[in-house]
Amino acid sequence: MVTLLLFFAAVAGTVQAPEYAPADIAYGAQLYSAQCSTCHGPNGDGVGGVDLRSGSFRSASTDQDLARVITTGVPGTGMVGFKLDPPEVAEVVAYLRNMNTFDAGAVKPGDGARGRMLFEKNQCARCHRVGAEGARVAPDLSEIGTIRSAGSLQRSLLDPNSQMMPINRPVRAVMRDGTVINGRRLNEDTYTVQLIDDHERLRSLNKADLREYTILTTSPMPSYKDTLSSGELADLVAYLLSLKGR
Amino acid sequence: MTRRTTWLVVALSVVAGYRLQADVGYERLLNAAREPRNWLLYSGGYSSNRYSALSQVTPANVKNLELKWMYQAAVAGAWQTSPLVVDGIMYLTQRSNDVVALDAKTGRAFWIYRYPLAPDLLVCCGANNRGLAILGNTLFMGTLDAHLVAIDAASGHPLWNVKVADSKAGYSLTLAPLVVKDTVIVGVGGGEYGIRGFVAAYDARTGKETWRFSTIPGPGEAGFESWAPCQPASGTYCDSEAWKHGGGSVWVTGSFDPDLNLTYWGVGNAGPDWNADQRPGDNLYTDSVVALDADTGRLKWHYQFTPHDRYDYDSVQVPILADITWNGGPLKAMLWANRNGNFYVLERATGRFLAGQPFVKVNWMSKFDEHGRPIQTPQPPGMPTWPGNQGGTNWYSPSFSPRTGLFYVSAWENYATVFGGTAVQYQEGRNFGGGVNRPHVPVPGAPAPGLRRGPINNWTEAAATGAVLALDPATGQQKWRFPMTDVTDSGILTTASDLLFTGGREGYFHALDARTGALLWKASLGSQIVSGPITYEVDGKQYVATISGLSLCVFGLRDSIP
Repeated sequence: MVTLLLFFAAVAGTVQAPEYAPADIAYGAQLYSAQCSTCHGPNGDGVGGVDLRSGSFRSASTDQDLARVITTGVPGTGMVGFKLDPPEVAEVVAYLRNMNTFDAGAVKPGDGARGRMLFEKNQCARCHRVGAEGARVAPDLSEIGTIRSAGSLQRSLLDPNSQMMPINRPVRAVMRDGTVINGRRLNEDTYTVQLIDDHERLRSLNKADLREYTILTTSPMPSYKDTLSSGELADLVAYLLSLKGR
Repeated sequence: MTRRTTWLVVALSVVAGYRLQADVGYERLLNAAREPRNWLLYSGGYSSNRYSALSQVTPANVKNLELKWMYQAAVAGAWQTSPLVVDGIMYLTQRSNDVVALDAKTGRAFWIYRYPLAPDLLVCCGANNRGLAILGNTLFMGTLDAHLVAIDAASGHPLWNVKVADSKAGYSLTLAPLVVKDTVIVGVGGGEYGIRGFVAAYDARTGKETWRFSTIPGPGEAGFESWAPCQPASGTYCDSEAWKHGGGSVWVTGSFDPDLNLTYWGVGNAGPDWNADQRPGDNLYTDSVVALDADTGRLKWHYQFTPHDRYDYDSVQVPILADITWNGGPLKAMLWANRNGNFYVLERATGRFLAGQPFVKVNWMSKFDEHGRPIQTPQPPGMPTWPGNQGGTNWYSPSFSPRTGLFYVSAWENYATVFGGTAVQYQEGRNFGGGVNRPHVPVPGAPAPGLRRGPINNWTEAAATGAVLALDPATGQQKWRFPMTDVTDSGILTTASDLLFTGGREGYFHALDARTGALLWKASLGSQIVSGPITYEVDGKQYVATISGLSLCVFGLRDSIP
């Protein structure tokens, strides 16, 4: 296993702290423990002159800087670049920004195997596809673990509207002859829209041929806020994070 | 010559009947509007209005346009150049610093000149080049390693090559030079690397520098007081000599008024881009237009659009010089739709502010004072600022038609950014942005308009939309608006038949009625259009040229239709 050695130390400037999702911090802590702590230590002070809990870093001031250092390393030092998916990088950054206050003992990581059963029990595949199974009317989740962070997935389950990518918005088109086409938007320009309809057919429509065209900002996915316990939610997130398409 | 250069003659004298002697004297440049069959300067003429007197293609027959020829570049990336056309020969640049001479009627190549570049270039936003200038039989090109090269238009052979600035410090040349009299005028890019920008003129025959104007004044110069010393504070970085890294890049071609003997240049953002606290003061002449004596480079006047900029609102738009009616009398005006979201009318002899008002949503300022200075209204931390980082418009060439009296601009509407400054210490050759910015989009992490674009419009109307706006200079009001789903980086061309040609990121090439904005014709070219269209004539036939993706596409009327 490679070891994530973050070669940072105090200097640089102040950063206005953005909001970090607790789930991102928690998964970042797991990644840190697995990949970084060998060199940096569990408390972030394992490398001489470097204290990751200080909140400021020698080679980075912004989250983008931190992400760059994590993925490309620092030349001439022991800090090498790490091959992590973008959500994983964001999770490690979220943890680094919250090392001082995060209580790892208070967080119970989810179980992916149980999450898979919940995925099946809740019939998620009626809309979503994973690998060769499931429907295509909602976004394909086969690689969702490489696209979304834990915090984003958790929010998707609790408040789907807040996480729906604008390109995925449901559209309703009424042709001049009154035919109604409902679907999920795939692409759009000034004159045309491309979508996958609710019969899983790819359609390309000329807007000039439409009597009505509506872009909805409400996700058809229900909220699982009152359906899943916090433990079940963590399990389902763990399963979704494991979907990396490989 | 200080560098080894290479050149390649692909085919000389391939097409009988063409004379590869361009012979474009200064008089021809002065009177470019009188020979609309050619496109002799970056913006078509010294007034930079990207307007042509050609009228063979009309609103009635534009539907009969067809593709006449294509030329495809081999290097991927945004192709931002605007070609020149001289007596049947088209000269253009392609990435990264090639020059190509083509038969403007068929697209067949006469020669290609390849300028050798080091692989470790410092360019913030892509290996861009926006075009050439010509004088006599010589072409001039700025290079990404901050050189200026003169090339023989007949052979493609380099004639001289001078170093303009140090590319290791982040300087580059991406603009098309401007020839005025016997000099070649250029500006430098590198505003994201803490350069100290300038405009400089070079003798067209020898390459010897004849004058230089620093866009960031030094000690003892007027305007230096606008770079106040910052007060050291814990937790941030104070640069006591901020002016030395003050930015002020000049990366889009200026204009020239021969009667006033003034050349006008838009100046880019201050450095660091987003942490304005490190550089107290107005930070002249960043985000300004400067009017320079064409013979000496001395500053005649300036107007600063965005004092003490914290939003990266470069003022590198093309200065349009228009003679208009103002309050019932004639006015030598300068018309300017700025990246900061405002449309301005200035008196171009004096720089006097006459009018300014938003053409897109603006909340970084509330109004102008009586001197035309914006009253700024910085938004609270975490709140969005309109327009966003790429601006209400940017470097995309606008157009002014003397027939319609309208000013046309490509706009990004409903586009905002949440800005945040961070401390950054200048280091030569390192990015000097000093900011943590995020697009204002409804979904955290959702795509938002940036510099690059794929075939899927995945940021959608939620992040921004595009439009062509026709503005009445007398009132600043929209005469019409042509909306697009995706944003547009395309320039705009207007013609004497009241046609308007433009593109956009969707890859459509549109012909609009310049008086009403009605769509008259379109072609789907398959990739983003990020340059300004041109028009020209060969053997009595009018052509319209644009670039989509890696393809230069040239249209003309179907031969069978008169």
